[in-house]
Amino acid sequence: MIPYFPGCTLKTKADFFETSALRVARCLGTELIELPRWNCCGTVTSLTSDDLIHHVAPLRDLIRVEDMNTSGEIYQEYRLVALCSMCFHVLKRAHLRVMQNPGELEKINNLMYLESDYQGKVSVLHFLELLRDIGFPKIQRTVKRPLAGLRVSPYYGCLLLRPKEVAIDDPEDPAILSHLLEALGAEVINNPFKTRCCGSYQTVCDKAAVAELTFDILSRARQEGAECVITSCPLCMFNLADRQKEVREKHPEFEPMPVLYFTQLMALAFGLDDVCGFDQNAVDARPLLQEKGLSTRGAS
Amino acid sequence: MIPKIVLTSGHVDFLKKVSELSGQVVTQCDQCGTCSASCPMVDGMDITPAQMMRLVQLGRREVLESKAMWICASCFACTVRCPRGLDLSKVAEALRQIQLRQAIDHIDIKSIPKDEIERLPQIALVSGCRKFTG
Repeated sequence: MIPYFPGCTLKTKADFFETSALRVARCLGTELIELPRWNCCGTVTSLTSDDLIHHVAPLRDLIRVEDMNTSGEIYQEYRLVALCSMCFHVLKRAHLRVMQNPGELEKINNLMYLESDYQGKVSVLHFLELLRDIGFPKIQRTVKRPLAGLRVSPYYGCLLLRPKEVAIDDPEDPAILSHLLEALGAEVINNPFKTRCCGSYQTVCDKAAVAELTFDILSRARQEGAECVITSCPLCMFNLADRQKEVREKHPEFEPMPVLYFTQLMALAFGLDDVCGFDQNAVDARPLLQEKGLSTRGAS
Repeated sequence: MIPKIVLTSGHVDFLKKVSELSGQVVTQCDQCGTCSASCPMVDGMDITPAQMMRLVQLGRREVLESKAMWICASCFACTVRCPRGLDLSKVAEALRQIQLRQAIDHIDIKSIPKDEIERLPQIALVSGCRKFTG
């Protein structure tokens, strides 16, 4: 049993990301249990030197992991798995910051009244890192429906890779999603824009700028031969998939490109048809999957 | 003769303020422009990230009037590539914070149409409010 941190969007608009990830993990013999009493991580890391209060929220979540060990709910398990790239980034950076600045940790511990002090024992992992630890050969052995002939382009975005101290892979040329796709039997299409920013929170006030970034990223993926794109971040998902509406308003020639969570393709390959969630995506991937002979049984 | 750049105490105070808030030795920037070349948002900016750094080095408060710091999406592309090891995302955050701490918000969340609010995922609204409101 490993505790995992869902975060705000995995409980709402990206619930099919959570459902598919939990079942995929179980299929690989790992039970992810939801962190008790988790709170929002804050989504962005506070970057100023004097702002400690915004690190309290992510640290409280890390304290819950230590508390689970103290209470005996889990034994010597200090890993915390995040599915959302932003949650992963914020939780990991909060941990790194207080580890590098013991004086700040003392101040933050003093700011909290109802919590145990943070001991610094937690290791924040992204789900992709857990999959890498489980091993791609094991993932390959679990596949029941190889994604043969499906041309998929990985999209990493920013927060899994930058800055270097949080990177789960090479910040300039990551390969972890390619290795996963190869294990699933898909054809990997490299996109030179795979680590380019989707515009992130600018989507709130400047959707035209975000649509332009999405246009560049997806057009390049298509040019390289991709039929769909995978991501690990609900905000990238919104900008790359939902904002295609704005892309088409400016570029009428743009053809819709399905964007999926990587766990959806894992669920498809593992034969977990009831949790694929293909009916939830902003751009429907089902016609493409049908064409490739990869249709799921049942609703999703 | 090349005129000498003279910094007043006001200029020096502003440079110190940004350096302290960002934790970055802004004066180490040697204006190579790698940040501007790496920035995916630079097309929409009025000044480039390198120009933002130069204005801060010179203690010029008018950098606060520029759009660049608000267009920065904190993607850390400049941060990983800066040959001087400077974290420009922290400098942009310091400039945003100087404004936000004076109750000068960049967005009015109430002006976003209701259907757009319903369409946006929580992660976008929380991060937008964190970056653009004080």
